[in-house]
Amino acid sequence: MASLKELKGRINSVKSTQKITKAKQMVAAAKLRKAQAAAEAARPYAARLAEVMASLASKITVTDNSPKLLAGTGSDKVHLLVVANSDKGLAGAFNANIVKAARVKAKELEAQGKTVLFYLIGRKGRPVIRREYPDQIAHMFDTSDVRYPGFDEAERVADELVTMYEAGKFDVAHLFYSKFRSALVQEPTHQQIIPVPPPKVAAVKTDSVTEYEPDEEEILAALLPRYLKTQLFGALLENAASEQGASMTAMDNATRNAGDLIQKLTIQYNRSRQAAITTELVEIIAGAEAL
Amino acid sequence: MPLHFELVTPAKLVRSEDVHMVVVPGTEGEFGVLQGHAPFMSTIADGALKVYKTENGAPEEIRIVGGFAEVGDAGLTVLAEHVEG
Repeated sequence: MASLKELKGRINSVKSTQKITKAKQMVAAAKLRKAQAAAEAARPYAARLAEVMASLASKITVTDNSPKLLAGTGSDKVHLLVVANSDKGLAGAFNANIVKAARVKAKELEAQGKTVLFYLIGRKGRPVIRREYPDQIAHMFDTSDVRYPGFDEAERVADELVTMYEAGKFDVAHLFYSKFRSALVQEPTHQQIIPVPPPKVAAVKTDSVTEYEPDEEEILAALLPRYLKTQLFGALLENAASEQGASMTAMDNATRNAGDLIQKLTIQYNRSRQAAITTELVEIIAGAEAL
Repeated sequence: MPLHFELVTPAKLVRSEDVHMVVVPGTEGEFGVLQGHAPFMSTIADGALKVYKTENGAPEEIRIVGGFAEVGDAGLTVLAEHVEG
């Protein structure tokens, strides 16, 4: 049985932990709202671009002369896994889930005899992947110097990816991030980004003939890198919202657990206090009777 | 008749308004878009869009980088990666 003083110390320490988790939960709730608003604001651009891409792609047949970003390199030996994580923890299994999805895919690709490389965004995925694939990390992109990863970051990542792709460092790129369903549900998602898969939006049919300047293929070539950027940007935003959602849920659970623990410890504390008093009384009465 | 003009960046919808005319610096030359323009798509050179709110008013200039213009039934939509000012 722990002494009264020890119990009191534990109760206090759990109480201060609870304060921290509660604060983090409220911060996450506020940030979640912001992240959701940002994701909302990014939708019109992404939707329009996808429409345009779809209508262009439906007009063009992919040949060897098509832009490499669309047609591919002609082989699929080397796969690059772009894994987007957050920089901070305290978000439950958020980062672990993304990394797990990436590892499952890596195993699957390696079983097929492909080479797997990693491109890591954010700090939290690094240790796990570095432990398992120490020589296969192509690049680690740092986002810890910015508060919210935004379009500038997406642009830089996309530029680096395109440069690596054109240098022939990889043939296919996959993106791993967490899709935001609700504050409670975040879905680790896998998506191929290079070669660019045609958008699944149905092309808007109009009766009138659209003119293009320059021609369709040149516009498509100009839009492909932009489309890639938009996809990455969307993924970063989804990730940011998911992180806050996961963090909020995890911290809510932690706060509740701490509450339960405090209750249990308090009962235990009161019991042992009472036991001590009773023992003392029994001793005094027994002493008085003996006289 | 006003032209519906939208300017969209990845971060947000910058403009959505009815204007008289917009002059767009396309990669193959400037072009002005009025209401009823034929469907048209073009990439845009980095430069300034000139937005004429009224027929004789002074144009408002918006500098954009990495742009793409689409003219359809709904009016003119400009997608730009960056917008200054």
